Amino acid sequence: MNTTLAPSKPSAATRVSRQIAGDKRFKILEVHIKKFQHRQDALIEVLHKAQELFGYLDDDVLRFVAWQLKLPASRVYGVATFYHFFTLKPQGQHTCVVCLGTACYVKGADKILAAVQERTHIAAGETTPDNKLSLLTARCIGACGIAPAVVYDGKVAPKQTPAEALRHLNEWN
Amino acid sequence: MQLDDLQTIAEKHQASRKKFCLRTCMSAGCMSSQADVIKKNLESEVKTQGLEADVEVRRVGCMGFCGQGPLVGVDGHAQDGELFEHVKPEDAPAVVRSLTGGECALERGDPHHPFFAKQLRIVRANGGIIDPERIEDYIAAGGYVALHNALTELTPAQVIEQITRSGLRGRGGAGFPTGLKWSTVAKSPGAKKYIVCNGDEGDPGAFMDRSILESDPHLVLEGMAIAAHAVGADQGFLYVRAEYPLAISRLNLAIKQAKALGLLGGAIFESPFTFNIDIRIGAGAFVCGEETALMASVEGKRGTPRPRPPFPAESGLWGCPTLINNVETFANIAPILNRGADWYASLGTEKSKGTKVFALTGKIQNNGLIEVPMGIPLRQIVEEMGGGAPDGGSIKAVQTGGPSGGCIPAQHLDTPVDYESLVKLGSIMGSGGMVVMDDKTNMVEIAKFYMEFCMDESCGKCIPCRTGTVQMFRLLEKITARQATAADLAKLEELCDMVRATSLCGLGQTAPNPVLSTLRFFRHEYEELLQSDAHAAPPPATPA
Repeated sequence: MNTTLAPSKPSAATRVSRQIAGDKRFKILEVHIKKFQHRQDALIEVLHKAQELFGYLDDDVLRFVAWQLKLPASRVYGVATFYHFFTLKPQGQHTCVVCLGTACYVKGADKILAAVQERTHIAAGETTPDNKLSLLTARCIGACGIAPAVVYDGKVAPKQTPAEALRHLNEWN
Repeated sequence: MQLDDLQTIAEKHQASRKKFCLRTCMSAGCMSSQADVIKKNLESEVKTQGLEADVEVRRVGCMGFCGQGPLVGVDGHAQDGELFEHVKPEDAPAVVRSLTGGECALERGDPHHPFFAKQLRIVRANGGIIDPERIEDYIAAGGYVALHNALTELTPAQVIEQITRSGLRGRGGAGFPTGLKWSTVAKSPGAKKYIVCNGDEGDPGAFMDRSILESDPHLVLEGMAIAAHAVGADQGFLYVRAEYPLAISRLNLAIKQAKALGLLGGAIFESPFTFNIDIRIGAGAFVCGEETALMASVEGKRGTPRPRPPFPAESGLWGCPTLINNVETFANIAPILNRGADWYASLGTEKSKGTKVFALTGKIQNNGLIEVPMGIPLRQIVEEMGGGAPDGGSIKAVQTGGPSGGCIPAQHLDTPVDYESLVKLGSIMGSGGMVVMDDKTNMVEIAKFYMEFCMDESCGKCIPCRTGTVQMFRLLEKITARQATAADLAKLEELCDMVRATSLCGLGQTAPNPVLSTLRFFRHEYEELLQSDAHAAPPPATPA
């Protein structure tokens, strides 16, 4: 009789174990979570590691973390969306982060951002359609002594100008 | 580990010193200009020139003169403390040759320049001198002796008495007396207590804490351990922004080294005292600088503040009494115990003791980090140490305290820098960001810039801050677009008062400060942008 029924949705636990089997990054994450003894207060540390491994936090990753830490998915999603550092969308191949802290701002960071936006036709927080570049802004990266600063693929570059920034972008083409 | 062991480490380290030392700044600022390559080139050049027996190339933390980086300092020379500026990787041969009398055309900094001469370095004493990745360097500079003395010679009450007598006040911005906070936590009942170090330096334009953590991580750890002994805690958390990866890796290393030597962990200095420190990495939320929000974040939750009281000193992390201090506050502890509360109390002004580290940035000749005695006139900092505005411009205002602070106009530059004087001018000491604006800076744009910041960073928990900042930002947009009337300006001022009076935490309560302080001193800049009521533009389309 059972055969006539639609197959029931696999439980969260089965789904999660399938994920682990298919993708070894989940295994690495699991080891990391064990290091924190599955402590719920380590949620932010775990999400940092997850983002480092996957590049961004998609629904499956968030569900996996929730299941591992025995937290409601809503709590994990709430934390992941609260903090600016976590991104729920995939990033482009390259990232360009324009610091908009006060020191950078008074030294013309807004003009750098405008020039990059004009060249790439995307706004801050977006990725180009060809997935080449993600343009981001930072509140302050603490490099005020060398303002204005721009971070290209994780590398801080000092005393930037709009022309200098565009030259960097050209190197990625 | 005993005091003798500390001395043995220090002596061994001193004995290994060479004739010359090339101190290469490896702090985040100089690192961005290839300081790592410079260090590598210097090392291989020392080998090439056969000077290995005489020259040590040392990785050091921030030297402070960040705007002139990358920096290389020279010790052991006729001109001890010589400083090369704007060093490039290809300059390595010339720098090494200069040690043996060779020509070196590189730019040299003047160690007698007011930028250095007017400083009084207590928390930054080791910055740019010791290798932050080697605990032996810190011990050789007298490190961990204060912790030893606190554990073996002083009772917790005596430690607190010293801190109270020193007059130290919280360096996070509000200036709460540190000794009073410690004694409150010590008196709070509870078997479990926590120490939290607030390294969530979110104010844009501030990088003092980053620099302290990167240049002298053990100084902060030692301060936290002394605090733990004083209040009876056995667990500490050091909360650092994710934006400071170098600080995080150096802290992790420092904790590992301290544990290996028995200076953290169990039975510290063979006493019953146990203290562990865990690093907690922030994730980009300005509001987490507020203490109750920070504690929520340490517990792995959304960083939203809660009403006080109860204060963290009574009910903090997981409901336990928690001592929460800023990085710079903890960095002051060991020097106070080493040199005495009276010495510290003799520095600064009547109500603001000791020194304060400032990040001097913006439209100014000499960008960088300075540590000055409290009460120094702002003019000395900006004009003598900072060298005034670049390109012949004139200074219009100095912004202190970040988004919670205000702009101090040029006519008030003779104000002494202490907690009370800055508040009188509608600004605050804040964590130590000092952004200089010149005559080309539009103050209304600056107010709008900060309001946009507060709007984005509002956590959304309380309504006055969540919606008030949006409304104030829209009014400022309307003003800068020249579409506002005097009625709009009046509405903006009314909103400022409302948000200030009714917000839940410091973020909302201080969000109107940049507007209020620019209105107070630069009202004409707002008024010039207003339309007369008769010609008012039709109201803009309803915002989405």
